[in-house]
Amino acid sequence: MKTNTMSYKCRQFAMFAGVTTVVFAAVVIVPFLYGLYLTFTSWDGVSKDKPFVGLLNYASTFGDAAYWQALGRTFIYSAIAVILVNVVAFVLAFLVTSGVKGQNFFRAGFFIPNLIGGIVLGYIWKFVFNRAFVALGNALSIGFLSTSWLATTGGAMLCLIIVSVWQYAGYMMLIYVAGFMSVSADVLEAAQIDGCTNMQTLVHISVPLMASSFVQCLFLTVTRCFMVYDVNLSLTNGEPFNSSVMAAMHVYNQAFTYKNYGTGQAEALILFIVCAVVGVLQVYVGKKAEVSA
Amino acid sequence: MNMNEKAARAKKINHAIKIAILIVLFVCFIFPFILVVINVFKVKADITTNPLALIGEHGFTMQNFPEAMKKMDFWRSFANSACITIFSTIFTILLSSMAAFVIVRNKWKACGILFGLMIASMVIPFQVLMIPLVSLYGGILGILNHRATLIFMHVGFSLSMATFMFHGAINTNVPVSLEEAATIDGCTRWSTYWQIVFPLLKPTIATVAIIDAMAFWNDYLLPSLVLAKKELYTIPIATQVFYGTYSTDIGLVMAALLLAMLPILILYVFLQRYIVEGVTSGAVK
Repeated sequence: MKTNTMSYKCRQFAMFAGVTTVVFAAVVIVPFLYGLYLTFTSWDGVSKDKPFVGLLNYASTFGDAAYWQALGRTFIYSAIAVILVNVVAFVLAFLVTSGVKGQNFFRAGFFIPNLIGGIVLGYIWKFVFNRAFVALGNALSIGFLSTSWLATTGGAMLCLIIVSVWQYAGYMMLIYVAGFMSVSADVLEAAQIDGCTNMQTLVHISVPLMASSFVQCLFLTVTRCFMVYDVNLSLTNGEPFNSSVMAAMHVYNQAFTYKNYGTGQAEALILFIVCAVVGVLQVYVGKKAEVSA
Repeated sequence: MNMNEKAARAKKINHAIKIAILIVLFVCFIFPFILVVINVFKVKADITTNPLALIGEHGFTMQNFPEAMKKMDFWRSFANSACITIFSTIFTILLSSMAAFVIVRNKWKACGILFGLMIASMVIPFQVLMIPLVSLYGGILGILNHRATLIFMHVGFSLSMATFMFHGAINTNVPVSLEEAATIDGCTRWSTYWQIVFPLLKPTIATVAIIDAMAFWNDYLLPSLVLAKKELYTIPIATQVFYGTYSTDIGLVMAALLLAMLPILILYVFLQRYIVEGVTSGAVK
């Protein structure tokens, strides 16, 4: 059988990748391009025709103060959450790779929040913040605990950050654990013989050799925090007074609640570009810091 | 010997401190779950007066479970979630591994374009696609509110990541010589794939299955946009709707939250090692 004819190639490709190509195109490529088109229309989600409005949606995006506030809020939230998630995850990874008893048990335990969807996690923490902390505050008469943090504007953001750190730390811990394991014992031993303290070994040997783990964790946390939606919806739902509406939630409301599909899509696109730029920049800077043993 | 004894003691203390820190952190981590578990067995009044007490004044009750189960239609949403998760995972694995095979083994233009597009598409977040998706499938085709539509979309979104992982696995774990031997023995490409290549991909299949199944089971945003009918709800949607209706009936809420977590936690007890390994090897790629 001839294997370099066009018809053979086409049949092989269709046999193995045909369905994949169709499904992938139908769910990702076509909607993406169609989304670009939607940003130039003012579709209301119901009517058959989609009037062409040119750049009007982008103009109204730039005039949408609530959107820029949400985006700024997402920046602040992401910056704090990303740093805290990685600090906590790194400390956890350090502790569960230092040879203590039951470290596999701890690894599995810290990972539990990742098994459960954001919606359920948000409701659980809503109960913790609204009821348990308040009850604790009243019982021990601790002032700052006796009212729910979720009811204050700054507090709601704080709650969101706490839950995100709790949710993602276990997952990032696993990546750092893999990083710690990849540092070879020879190098560590050599450092010990040269008189390094444990701390010096960690800072000067392990951390530089784990640079790729940091790049990966930062990228994952940045993209996840930027696109936070589930926990935002179940924990705060944007309240109080829309002070905790993150960018993704704003986009959702713009499209599906206020029926401004065109503007919503334009805002989603800008959010994506901002997120992609931050993510790529971060990977680029991180890759430069990588060293090899 | 004094020096050695001192060093040994310091090591022991160090070890004890680490374990103490870990235990404290561990308790902090599972504290919310513990709260749910202790409150699920209380009546509403007891939860309101003291959510921290181990047992309420009115004693131990199992009443919350059957009522929450009935009101959130637990078994139906469980069946929906299970059906959607299982079929989406199976289709994702079959389709992406086949595509990865043809992409790795042939330097054709179509393969390069498909793989390039897949890699590029991995940076697109779902929020950018959700509005056109609803517009296309709801407005133009009118096929929302079917489980099959959701499975189709789940598969479409997870294909690129899965293909990428199988691409790496075939590249490193499947020797070309093995396939050549199969060809000489009279296998077609199709039978070579199913009899030689696919069985060699088992570890990657497990990793992809775990990562994707967890993502499908827990996904909320996409299912909530596709499935708007009550009888099609998955567990995350059912929980969200239930909370919206009965948020004041806190005992029922506790039961509903525990029910929503239970299936995956039970699975975790048995498959814990595989899940942790699978997620790690998936993340590191």
